[in-house]
Amino acid sequence: MDTPGFAKPRVAVHKFSSCDGCQLAFLNLGEDLLALAARVDLVHFAEAGPLDPDADVDIAFVEGSVSTPEDLGRIQRIRAHSRVLVAIGACATSGGIQGLRNGVFDAGWVTQIYRHPEAVASLERSTPIARHVKVDVELWGCPVSGPQVLAALNALLLGVAPRDDADKVCTECKRAGHPCVMVTRGIACMGPATRAGCGALCPGLGRDCYGCYGPAETVNTATLAAQFGRFGLDAAAIAQRFQSINSQAPVFLAAAQAIRGQGDD
Amino acid sequence: MRAHADPAVLLPIDGLPALLAALGRDGYRCIGPAVEKGAIVMRELDGNDALPRGLQAEQGPGHYRLVADPHNRYFAWANGPQALKPLFFAPQETLWRAGRGDDGALRFEAVLPEAPKLAVIGARACDLAALALQDAHFLRPERVDAHYAARRARLFLVAVQCAVPAATCFCGSTGDGPVPTAGYDITLAELPEGFVAHAGSDAGRALLATLDLAPATPRQLDAVQVQGEAAAAAQARALPGKDLHDALMRRLDHPRWDEVAMRCLACGNCTAVCPTCFCHAEFDQPALDGASSTHQRVWDSCFGESHGHLHGFNVRPDIRTRYRQWLTHKLAGWHAQFGRSGCTGCGRCIAWCPVGIDLTGEVAALMAEQP
Ligand code: SF4
Ligand code: SF4
Ligand code: SF4
Ligand code: SF4
Ligand code: SF4
Repeated sequence: MDTPGFAKPRVAVHKFSSCDGCQLAFLNLGEDLLALAARVDLVHFAEAGPLDPDADVDIAFVEGSVSTPEDLGRIQRIRAHSRVLVAIGACATSGGIQGLRNGVFDAGWVTQIYRHPEAVASLERSTPIARHVKVDVELWGCPVSGPQVLAALNALLLGVAPRDDADKVCTECKRAGHPCVMVTRGIACMGPATRAGCGALCPGLGRDCYGCYGPAETVNTATLAAQFGRFGLDAAAIAQRFQSINSQAPVFLAAAQAIRGQGDD
Repeated sequence: MRAHADPAVLLPIDGLPALLAALGRDGYRCIGPAVEKGAIVMRELDGNDALPRGLQAEQGPGHYRLVADPHNRYFAWANGPQALKPLFFAPQETLWRAGRGDDGALRFEAVLPEAPKLAVIGARACDLAALALQDAHFLRPERVDAHYAARRARLFLVAVQCAVPAATCFCGSTGDGPVPTAGYDITLAELPEGFVAHAGSDAGRALLATLDLAPATPRQLDAVQVQGEAAAAAQARALPGKDLHDALMRRLDHPRWDEVAMRCLACGNCTAVCPTCFCHAEFDQPALDGASSTHQRVWDSCFGESHGHLHGFNVRPDIRTRYRQWLTHKLAGWHAQFGRSGCTGCGRCIAWCPVGIDLTGEVAALMAEQP
């Protein structure tokens, strides 16, 4: 891709319904961002300056979920203009925190909360990018980390598939040498169900993982939920552990529904 | 058990700083017990750190709490989440670097670790037995792992005889403890008045000689022996034999594997804390300028999907086959590879399993019924 004599690969960073935190993963790269800028043409990145949303690009990073009627058309245009599309962050991969409205959306709320409800254009459901267009690479996390974005971009620039680490947070936790908070304190850690990528940030601070990297591969949510119950959490509290930032990720959604279902018995 | 060629000496109870200082004079950085986030971890001690005193490690399935030791001993905690393994089998490290030279040709360059001289204070018998197994794996004559070897060669080991096994300990039944019998430079046994010390190597002998210690009395030697026997007798868990290879391999279709799969999270914590597990994954990390990359090695686990991934299919697609791999590699496969079981009875996989799955309990259930 970066053979001398050819134009530099063109990269865009797009935003959908999100908090901008994942774009900050780029901006927080500091000097690394400058090194990167020397290898690519950043043609669209509203947070950093350049604006050309409809440019043809080699790699498009997409932050945010599809959450408004306007988003529906825009994601199609971006896909049509991008060779490789990378969804970054919990919003883009699972629907994000705003996905909590899915299934409970009520137009009445909007009128109660907003003075000018007619100004709110919102779809009933917040959905991940892959629900609408083909996504080539998903980077999970809320927010994604700088090293994670860099590693993926680096791999794509070298023409190889980015490394996909779907192991549990526990693997990173143990490599970092953190004593397990489930074992030493009996608190409900989502690490055994959550995808690695953060470097076990929360257990490193002596607290529980809350699942911001979404589901890992081959998870046993029923057993984890039962253990949370033994730690003293009631069904509603256990369901909430699975219903936060990645509430709409199918594995977490199913876990929460199963727990609420049991609770209703 | 005690067949020491060397006479035993007594390091007074306030003598640990002198031992650390002597090691420091010999150029060792000391790694020893420290309390961190509610557990005993091994970390570098700086000159002013006092070793933790008066603590026991209360352990059970999925349970670890530090509690007071009524006798205010230094080493009444049995063990912590890790001991020796991370010191020579690094959780993540660079193996080599690849890049293009000025002539455009690809170059590969080995990256060897900085391996300072390390002295470890407080290694247990189970840890030393596990270290011997790690050596058998990483230091095979036909293929010596350079990274492991570099760290291992510079290790000075101060072992401690266990006086208070945890409820999860079962080294007595594997034959690996609780009395350290080999693999140390110095071994200590804690009595109220001090530590009865033996050297196990020339380096240990030389170090003890610099401390100018009085010989241990026959009464003290007796007390040490009684302590070791009592610690072995206090262990409640056990494996039903030292070689379970045939019995386990006959039970590969036992219904218990399905049952334990329901309870297991496939989190891999058991393999990470197990002092004998050696699996690792490798990947490349390209540098930002696009001109070079490093080859990384990280701890891996047979509980992860990628561990069983072969071209086009996965040999261990579900938790049942992953748990079975762990238990049968540990207690059966190791015999074929290394001539003994891969379990030294440290009990870590029991305590540090977030849902408290007990290896000894699973083996008992598997054995209860005829295959
Ligand atoms: S603290 Fe959480 S992430 Fe770390 S090992 Fe325990 S359960 Fe896993
Ligand atoms: S299998 Fe369990 S008890 Fe045996 S050495 Fe490994 S962690 Fe320790
Ligand atoms: S295969 Fe599993 S049990 Fe065997 S060494 Fe590797 S991680 Fe440990
Ligand atoms: S398993 Fe044995 S040697 Fe290891 S800590 Fe327990 S009592 Fe000590
Ligand atoms: S046995 Fe326990 S520690 Fe091991 S993978 Fe299963 S749940 Fe995790």
